[in-house]
Amino acid sequence: MNNAVTIKKQKKPKAVKDNFESSSNFKAWLYLSPALILLIIFSFYPLINTFRMAFLNGYNGLAIVGGEKFTIGIENFKTVINYVDFKLCLKNTLLLCVVTVPISTTLALLIAVALNSIKPLQKFLQTVFFLPYVTNSIAIGMVFNAMFTRVGLGDLIQTQGIINNIIGIFGIEPINFVNVGSSWGANMFVVCTYIIWNAIPFKILVLLGGLQNVNKQYYEAAKIDGTSKIRTFFRITIPLVSPMLAYVIITSFIGGFKEYSSIVGIFGDGMGPGSNGQMNTLVGYVYNMLPKSNSGNASAASLILFGIILIVTAINGYVSKKKVHY
Amino acid sequence: MRIILQNLTKTFPSRNKKSNEEVVAVKDLDFEIPDGKLIGLLGPSGCGKSTTLYMICGLQKPTSGRIFFGDNDVTSLEPEHRGVGLVFQNYALYPHLTVKQNILFPLQNLKGADKLTKEEMLDRAQKAADLVQIGELMDRKPSELSGGQQQRVAIARALVKTPRVLLLDEPLSNLDARLRLQTREEIKRIQRETKVTTVFVTHDQEEAMSISDMIVVMKEGVVQQIGQPQNVYDDPDNLFVAQFLGTPPINTFDGVVAGGTLFIGDDAVLDVPASVPDGPVSVGIRPEGFIPDENGRFSGKLVNIEVMGRDCSVVFTNDSSRKPNVRAIVDSDIQIIRGADNTVRFDLKKNKVFIFNAETGERIRFDDSDKSVRV
Repeated sequence: MNNAVTIKKQKKPKAVKDNFESSSNFKAWLYLSPALILLIIFSFYPLINTFRMAFLNGYNGLAIVGGEKFTIGIENFKTVINYVDFKLCLKNTLLLCVVTVPISTTLALLIAVALNSIKPLQKFLQTVFFLPYVTNSIAIGMVFNAMFTRVGLGDLIQTQGIINNIIGIFGIEPINFVNVGSSWGANMFVVCTYIIWNAIPFKILVLLGGLQNVNKQYYEAAKIDGTSKIRTFFRITIPLVSPMLAYVIITSFIGGFKEYSSIVGIFGDGMGPGSNGQMNTLVGYVYNMLPKSNSGNASAASLILFGIILIVTAINGYVSKKKVHY
Repeated sequence: MRIILQNLTKTFPSRNKKSNEEVVAVKDLDFEIPDGKLIGLLGPSGCGKSTTLYMICGLQKPTSGRIFFGDNDVTSLEPEHRGVGLVFQNYALYPHLTVKQNILFPLQNLKGADKLTKEEMLDRAQKAADLVQIGELMDRKPSELSGGQQQRVAIARALVKTPRVLLLDEPLSNLDARLRLQTREEIKRIQRETKVTTVFVTHDQEEAMSISDMIVVMKEGVVQQIGQPQNVYDDPDNLFVAQFLGTPPINTFDGVVAGGTLFIGDDAVLDVPASVPDGPVSVGIRPEGFIPDENGRFSGKLVNIEVMGRDCSVVFTNDSSRKPNVRAIVDSDIQIIRGADNTVRFDLKKNKVFIFNAETGERIRFDDSDKSVRV
């Protein structure tokens, strides 16, 4: 009898608790459902489906119509890797990242430090430097194209952009940067310039925020100890903004691997002068494959891109663990 | 190193754009800090004591006036050439460097003839760390240290380059009560061992009194009094200094001097020399200046008695007091005799009673050769 009473006493509160928990769980899921449903439809399902499509040999998106079954394998990956254009895309993408990330980060850091140390016009200059960030990238691409353009040859040049006009002042022959027949190197130069110019504003913003959070007393302490400006910069400023630097570098690497719209902006969706595709990138390749019913190849290519970004980010994370002072 | 401040003034431009009135942080400072002493700059918040410290170290330039280290005019010298060590209020230890790297940092800046070898640097860093007793913590990061340990690292970093002057900005304000007591003794010890002229800033009078060789009391940018802590306490120049020093604080009353007698309310509490002019005055009486006596000339209504072991604190009211309660500290052996209506009576120790000009707050001194006056 005694036992029964105790058991009853123990059970009752538990049941109440379960009830309460399940009802509050239900409410939680209910409140989450709008976001979850959208995420499942537009993020999780496509993500999983990409893996499925990538590993179905020769998948072309028409499976159900033909009733044909695809075998599971890595044929798509083989096709992608052996494809000549893919290697070009990979080369372009890697080069863009390796060139633009260090240059734009260094420039942004220098500009941020300079902006942080001046008082008059700081707000105004901040706005000026931030303008590229709020401008449409296709529009900037078209302006870059106009700036670098040159139509005609030698004495027959009909029109040329401001860049060729400027280098003409120094007696240098006009260079074909972006028009039909231009070299891969010249194209690359223009694209890198564009990406660096376009990437700097956001980095300045982040780094400036980091710099303004650094306690001024560190600089005063360094000053009293007679620390040189250069040493202060490398031993105090950089370590103290290193979390922001790491953030900026990781995101710009990821952004660099996904580079696409800048090239479309400059060259149109032919991804090169005269639509020859010589500036194509990995994302450009994926987009190219889609209308050609090559969703299998496209999926495989995006998985390769995913893998590369994963590895680079992991390296970034590993390095920043050692070098970043949180 | 002897430090001489000559007519030092610092003004800041007005924050308010409409009025052009400048903010005077420090006004016409003029005093000398003897070599090898520990000096406390004391005053309430915003009295200009930190500004004075920053001017001595060179982080702020005086608007006018001169600063001398010994015979050298350092007024326009950059901080790095002054040979000062500064300990910041929140220590400003570089968070990404270890204790050892923090202490080494100033040494690594040395150039030319002063440049040290790696061994010399490590040796000096270790000595500085041992001096402040953090020798075993060299490989920790500042975030892994307690407040008191961080404080010591900051002192070691300031001392490692053997500065001519050590400056401490509110060195104890970020420590808890027990650590504060311990650290202030530590600062005194380090100062005695290194014999470096040390200036520290504080708003805590107890802290300043306990370790300084000399205190400089400031108010609204103006020096109120300079002297040895005990002398300043015993012989304040004005009402502000008298009120600022001492815990519990001095009791203040509205009084009147008439014909050589000091009246508080209706009580004729003290005979004063005829040199003290007649008229209303402010009177300050230290808590320890009361002697319980049933026939005493000073009376009040008892509120309660707080026994604190060695002595006890008699809390009573008096109509002329500027605060609701008057507090007297007396020996706990002494019997307090309550009269009718809880009236308590005291005699006053003459040297613990200060008379100030009612308007300016300036001290009106009178002969106090007689230590205590009894009826």
